[in-house]
Amino acid sequence: MQLVLEKRAERSALIAVASPLIAIVLTLVTMSILFAILGKNPIAALNVYFVEPLTDPYTLGEIVVKATPLIMIAIGLAFCYLANVWNIGAEGQFIMGAVCGSYLAVVTNGTGAGPWVLPAMLVMGAAGGALWALIPAICKVRFGANEILTSLMLVYVADLIMDYLVRGPWRDPKGMNFPTTASFDPVATVPTLMDGSRVHAGTIVALLVVIAATVMLGRTIKGFEIRVVGAAPRAARFAGFSSNKLVLFTFAVSGGLAGLAGIIEVAGPVGVLQPGISPGYGFTAIIVAFLGRLNPVGIMIAGLFLALTFIGGEGAQISMKIPLDLTKVFQGILLFYVLACDSLILYRIRLIAGQGKAAPKTA
Amino acid sequence: MGLIEAIFLSVIAASTPLLLAAAGELVVERSGVLNLGVEGMMIMGAACGFAGAWLTGSTLIGALCGIAAGAALSSVFALLTLGLAVNQVAAGLALTILGVGLSGLIGAGFVGEKINPAPHLYLPVLTGLPVVGKILFGQDGFVYFSVALVAAIWWFLYRTRSGLILRATGDSHTSAHALGYSVLRIRLLAVLFGGGCAGLAGAFLPLSYTPFFIPGMTAGRGWIALALVVFSSWMPGRLVAGAYLFGAVSILQLHAQAFGLGIPSQLMTALPYLATVIVLVIISRARGGGGSVAPASLGTVFVPDR
Repeated sequence: MQLVLEKRAERSALIAVASPLIAIVLTLVTMSILFAILGKNPIAALNVYFVEPLTDPYTLGEIVVKATPLIMIAIGLAFCYLANVWNIGAEGQFIMGAVCGSYLAVVTNGTGAGPWVLPAMLVMGAAGGALWALIPAICKVRFGANEILTSLMLVYVADLIMDYLVRGPWRDPKGMNFPTTASFDPVATVPTLMDGSRVHAGTIVALLVVIAATVMLGRTIKGFEIRVVGAAPRAARFAGFSSNKLVLFTFAVSGGLAGLAGIIEVAGPVGVLQPGISPGYGFTAIIVAFLGRLNPVGIMIAGLFLALTFIGGEGAQISMKIPLDLTKVFQGILLFYVLACDSLILYRIRLIAGQGKAAPKTA
Repeated sequence: MGLIEAIFLSVIAASTPLLLAAAGELVVERSGVLNLGVEGMMIMGAACGFAGAWLTGSTLIGALCGIAAGAALSSVFALLTLGLAVNQVAAGLALTILGVGLSGLIGAGFVGEKINPAPHLYLPVLTGLPVVGKILFGQDGFVYFSVALVAAIWWFLYRTRSGLILRATGDSHTSAHALGYSVLRIRLLAVLFGGGCAGLAGAFLPLSYTPFFIPGMTAGRGWIALALVVFSSWMPGRLVAGAYLFGAVSILQLHAQAFGLGIPSQLMTALPYLATVIVLVIISRARGGGGSVAPASLGTVFVPDR
């Protein structure tokens, strides 16, 4: 038996819509097997993971809280990936956004500064993320350095910068030596939207980002340019689109959005700058971007779904003693299936019996 | 044992995992495949390698478990990128995310356990030599293997017919296909080999570098190994130089921290990562901005027409 790909005459529209759903179903089946291997009842585990969080108003709110940064970061990444630019350092841009925005919160702490603080923090957060993202972008445009590796290396550097600040100059003097800044003042805090829930105004920002990105990618020349450069670089050159400028642009947009997500996260649900502000949002957002088919509305749905896995994973850890790492396994498997199903949009799979030998194994 | 000797020994120990992982990835990339999942395969190798060694008490079995784990994970990557023509960058990222999660799951039960580190192999007369004796002839098996591996890869790539075919596949898969070679089979073998090397590199960490397992202990070494392949211009000889240079940077920053020069420890810890960025920039710039020395088909999807 041999597995052979046949190119379809045209993209399959049906599979384009169905592929994320097929991927999710396949992931759930795989997860059930994993649960069984771990000696847990698969039905009960899937229930804790994917159903229980949806039945309680508080955890529903938590899903929205977790989805907010994921959606913002993933939309920025979609700009990059559509243009065939590979920013995988969103985690670092998220952290640098949080750091730059927090600077204002730290220096104005306890000074009774006015309500200008929060808007200024958001601007600085977005700027910080964008500038951090421009480092790999400039290295690529000016010197041809591979942006995948440089953007990822800068994640570690960003993490260490934050670590230095909260253990050194920015540490809360009354914080009993814990590596954290003082709690942000109310004027430096993103307000919550309702009592009894941590859902905050940042979610509205995320929705605005979804709308703006939908318009930009679907209805403007810039959006068209991004698609052309990504899908047909040769045609883009004939059209006079500069791929270098687009690298800078898409990195700045994705870094800015990741930075904005970062400062909203620390000024909102977290309330201080401290290590561990992100449970890997920047990396999970890569999955969100692909699961959402690099489409803003799709990303919103995918972001909520991935947020559900974070919350469900925490629930499963507490009630069923299922290790938290299983959430990452779930996310990795999901991305594999999404990519595999996407391949069916362009190709038809044929199994052919015959001379094809099974893959030989040599050292 | 003098300080200088201690530094040399630790540099070699820090360089070995980079060299092992990068050597495997070099072969993969020479065949035209970009597998960004090195970090995931390494950490899986670390978890499974430690598990194997702890359960059996044998470093060798641990190392074999690491190789098997890396190769197994890379077979998933091969199925996707070769079998289903999936984008290699995205599949590599998925592999890393999956590997980090799975290793945490497997390794959770072993955190806090200790094993006996890999024995150092002493040679009767040579190890007793002054100055260089212990540095050159007092290492463990991993170190010797890593150097032998790179030599073997060099010989394979440049002195054998199969190596020539592999390089041709990486430079032009359409030509290789037209000549009747099975591009996908060659790449499958290369990817499995690279996975095994990454797994072994990961296994080195808990089996020799530190005699215990901690989640995430690869700490970006897989990514640095990827950068080293670029640094080496896809040539095995330069890979050795690069790996030892990076090993030296990561060790010297530790010693500088111990001296306490008033530099924040975080800056020193960031040095290997910053060095990677700077080296990538310098290397890319020296080549005039193009990846002209990279295998021409690197990272592109190949679907054979029948």
